[in-house]
Amino acid sequence: MRADATTIELNRCGKTFADGTRALEPLDLTVAAGETVVLLGPSGCGKTTLLRLIAGLEAPDAGGRVRFNGEDVTGLPIERRAVGMVFQSYALFPNMSVRENIAYGLRVRKLDKGEIAARTREMLEMMQIGQLAERRVHQLSGGQRQRVALARAIAVRPRVLLLDEPLAALDAVLRDRLRVEIDALLRRLAITAVYVTHDQAEAMMLGDRIVVMSAGQVEQAGTPREIYRNPATPFVADFVGTVSRIATAAGVVLLRPEDIRLCEVAAGRAAATVETLHFLGGRCQVGLIGGDGARLIADAPPDTPLKPGARVGIAWDDAAPLRLPLMEAAQ
Amino acid sequence: MRLSRDAHRLILLALPVSVFALAFFLVPLARLAIVAGQGPKGIAAYASIVTEPRHFESMLVTLGLALAVTLTALGLATVAGLFLSRHQFPGRQLAIAVLTLPLAFPGVVVGFLVIMLGGRQGLIGAITQALGGGKVVFAYSLAGLFVGYLYFSIPRVILTVMASAEKLDPALEEAARSLGASPLRVLKDVTLPGLAPGLTAAGAICFATAMGAFGTAFSLAANIDVLPMTIYTEFTLNANIAAAASLSLVLGAVTWSALFLARSLAGAPAAAAV
Ligand SMILES: Nc1ncnc2c1ncn2[C@@H]1O[C@H](COP(=O)(O)OP(=O)(O)O)[C@@H](O)[C@H]1O
Ligand SMILES: [Mg+2]
Repeated sequence: MRADATTIELNRCGKTFADGTRALEPLDLTVAAGETVVLLGPSGCGKTTLLRLIAGLEAPDAGGRVRFNGEDVTGLPIERRAVGMVFQSYALFPNMSVRENIAYGLRVRKLDKGEIAARTREMLEMMQIGQLAERRVHQLSGGQRQRVALARAIAVRPRVLLLDEPLAALDAVLRDRLRVEIDALLRRLAITAVYVTHDQAEAMMLGDRIVVMSAGQVEQAGTPREIYRNPATPFVADFVGTVSRIATAAGVVLLRPEDIRLCEVAAGRAAATVETLHFLGGRCQVGLIGGDGARLIADAPPDTPLKPGARVGIAWDDAAPLRLPLMEAAQ
Repeated sequence: MRLSRDAHRLILLALPVSVFALAFFLVPLARLAIVAGQGPKGIAAYASIVTEPRHFESMLVTLGLALAVTLTALGLATVAGLFLSRHQFPGRQLAIAVLTLPLAFPGVVVGFLVIMLGGRQGLIGAITQALGGGKVVFAYSLAGLFVGYLYFSIPRVILTVMASAEKLDPALEEAARSLGASPLRVLKDVTLPGLAPGLTAAGAICFATAMGAFGTAFSLAANIDVLPMTIYTEFTLNANIAAAASLSLVLGAVTWSALFLARSLAGAPAAAAV
């Protein structure tokens, strides 16, 4: 929709709340024009606060700067930043119909009637909610509300789109479907987007880049592949996917489940005992206990003959282990 | 079987309030209606509210006063209530306690306070006199009644506004702002519609209270006769019981209509929100 997508640049942006809570350590972050960046981290790590700094709903601590396309917007309130926001609670106006909700931003901008009607219709069609146009908000399901919230946010053609856990309140099936739709939408609009979630699968699917956060700090920023294959810290390795720590003569080795090969004890580089087996359709998830008592998780073929209690060998390719900078020396 | 047991229980539970309503409300009301029609003028007593200039004027003044007090209280209390529910500051609890203080006083005391403020020996008179502007005395006029009633009404409305404002999702206002709405526009499009049910309920209670307030008017001994004062005068001084009864019924009908209207507008029991 916009050829002239906006770059977001945060400079030394920290946030300390009035009650003294340090929600964000001063951090730098750049979101390239048209890129989708996902802020990923556990609850309370500061994702929402960071999003609200970008939106203009919170001001950064002294020294912090927010720039859109190089223009300093730090002092601009949200109503003058031209951002689209989607809230976890949807925040649809209960005193307006679906159509009025979507048209609201256009009415505020005083576009002429014909233009408002045309653009509202376009949004209704795009989000496939035309048949709901005259409904009241309380008559909608969760998924329908989320579609209306998206339509309302993009109707005004914002410079950037900010989404705070938009799918967290939906059930699993609906979440999967809307996730695919949102992904397609963001690509089609080619809009700069920041998407907050605590769900790593959602982050992997939607993010051009993922920013993993913990306790108000950025742990690592990178593509989903980089984050998964080359985690920078133990926190990232554990939060994004599963890791098993295996003690060997040469030190501790970190392996993803799909990199562990279960074999005869004699053929393995280490040995373990099968504890649990979970059939997941395309594969079996095997829980093991290593020689040093550590718990390991490995993938096995769906028809694996293994049974709980079996002794197995553990093998892996030399290239497979995750290499964390700094971390292994410390362990 | 179960259903009829439930029904029995319902009747049992409703019994005390039914007896109460019958004994203290419906029976006297019926008596009142009969008494009103048994005076020297018969049924025509009911028309006195329009035929008797003194009654008509009293009705108009009371209605006007109650409306003015309601609207002013809603305006002031909305601003104060929104501010109090949105901001944390040292002394906030104290501010709430002070603003809701009038709830602790009966109307007579409120009237007394107005006299202290705007009476012949009042504070404001003393100040204006010291400033050389002559002594300003307003306690015994319509202005005095207005101030007294307002003082009395504001706490209830503030409490309602605060309760309603705390129930509003803050993301609603943020969403409106993200769509470009100015603070005033947000107030008009999002905040006030969200507060509307609470404001309607509080306004109705405020109006009903102002219509029937007696203590304040009595202690101010104002030269304005609000309807409850007129009723009192007809009853005790003129011994015109029929007129007093008919006026009482009119006052009750007007007040009850206001409450009923608010209830149907708000879609919930008006008193429940207060
Ligand atoms: N308005 C506020 N006042 C004080 N502390 C806050 C406020 N908003 C958030 N916090 C705190 O800041 C931290 C980060 O919160 P938040 O950004 O909402 O985390 P997340 O979105 O990652 O769950 C939390 O410890 C939270 O309690
Ligand atoms: Mg959050």
